[in-house]
Amino acid sequence: MAGTIITISSGKGGVGKTTTAANLSLALAMLGKRVICIDADIGLRNLDLMLGLENRIVYDIVNYIEGRCRLRQALVRDKRFPELFLLPAAQTRNKDAVGQEDMARVAHEAAELADYVIIDSPAGIEHGFRIAAKPANRVLIVTNPEVTAVRDADRVVGLLEAEGWAPAQLILNRLKPELIRRGQMLDPDTVVDLLAIDIIGIVPEDPNVLTASNQGQPVVLDDRSGAGAAFRDVARRLLGEEVPFTPIKSPSFLQKLFGSHG
Amino acid sequence: MEEIPVTLKGTPQGILLTPRVDNWEAISRGLTLALQDADAFFRGGRVIVELGGRTITHEQLVALRELLEAHEMDLWAILTDDPTTMRVVRSYGIRTRLPAAAAAQREPLESAEAEYNAMLVQRTLRSGQRIHYPGHIIIMGDINPGAEVVAGGSIIVWGHIRGLVHAGALGDESAVICALDLAPAQLRIAGYISRTPEERRRKPQPEIASVSQNRIIAEPWTARG
Repeated sequence: MAGTIITISSGKGGVGKTTTAANLSLALAMLGKRVICIDADIGLRNLDLMLGLENRIVYDIVNYIEGRCRLRQALVRDKRFPELFLLPAAQTRNKDAVGQEDMARVAHEAAELADYVIIDSPAGIEHGFRIAAKPANRVLIVTNPEVTAVRDADRVVGLLEAEGWAPAQLILNRLKPELIRRGQMLDPDTVVDLLAIDIIGIVPEDPNVLTASNQGQPVVLDDRSGAGAAFRDVARRLLGEEVPFTPIKSPSFLQKLFGSHG
Repeated sequence: MEEIPVTLKGTPQGILLTPRVDNWEAISRGLTLALQDADAFFRGGRVIVELGGRTITHEQLVALRELLEAHEMDLWAILTDDPTTMRVVRSYGIRTRLPAAAAAQREPLESAEAEYNAMLVQRTLRSGQRIHYPGHIIIMGDINPGAEVVAGGSIIVWGHIRGLVHAGALGDESAVICALDLAPAQLRIAGYISRTPEERRRKPQPEIASVSQNRIIAEPWTARG
């Protein structure tokens, strides 16, 4: 049976798409799954850096699409988990090098080889987003609790609905409980209420994320990291596990968790 | 009172443009003004010009089409009884009669009430999505920030309004906007615009907005006797 194709998208840039893709891919691999992550941000290659795999790249997705190598040759095996592979983006090409059918074909071929295919979509709502989102079985929308990010996420959900593509689920990233308590940041209830889609993860702000990305060792590998734990929870929920989840709709729990607000 | 040189009316087939005078200069001026007022509503629409016994020359037709195109409107049909005018119009590839099905519905109706059809939308409108409709619009769902709903008639929302809504966009000041939670960035009825107060809003409650004494007022939306 073919694996599940999951696209990580957001609309707005800088909300943590690539961080999410890297951490989720690792978290799924840690759970014993065979994972291929595809960097669909052609020309702005990043996922390899976060995974610490840059120096292992020989071929990339465009090489494969152009028939210069086999898919297995383009896949870069992770140095920590032998069941995790990266299909890198091309750094020296632009997004036009990969067409809609190309990406769909690559994603489906990858799904034949793995349990999960994680596609890291580029920011924006144009060609790059569309080719990344179309083949997906599920789309995870990453947003921050900021009005601009939520507005753009809403736009993306609307586009997915209009196209009849995969259902979207929400990852709320970089939550700062302290700011929410002071009423300076949107609380999860408000975001979920507006977007009206299922939420699959709430990731707290964690200074380790940046350091971890810079070192190519995503936070999910760090047992003490709050963000890492949140990403591991998301991975378990993806597998269908009932992970005790922040009951977003219940203010009493949020009050306990974040202090009273509103 | 000065005679209105041209009227615009939303119909299910398109925007019905009816000249009321013979002077094309006056028509053109009146049209320019009307389009300025309701530009957002008409954008992207197709136009049916009802000439009746009036005539139009090549130059006038080209000027009219250019004016409409500047407002992103498409000159779709020119209805005329005059054989010469008919030839002029057809030479531009513009139809001079409506398709039979459309013509049957085009009966001019007397009361504003009866004139509107309604469109039912059973989903939430998200950022970047827009609906323009000459009649009433009923939405079962929310209008999110960044979404845009423009109606010739009233707008009724079983949900939150947080985006931009414009009722009575063709100038009907009797149009209303009502919602379970009326919290739009901006509320427009006919030519009136109001903003939601910036301060934090109280608990959402159903409200109805209408034009009263030259401004938009919002009141609790309760059963009306």
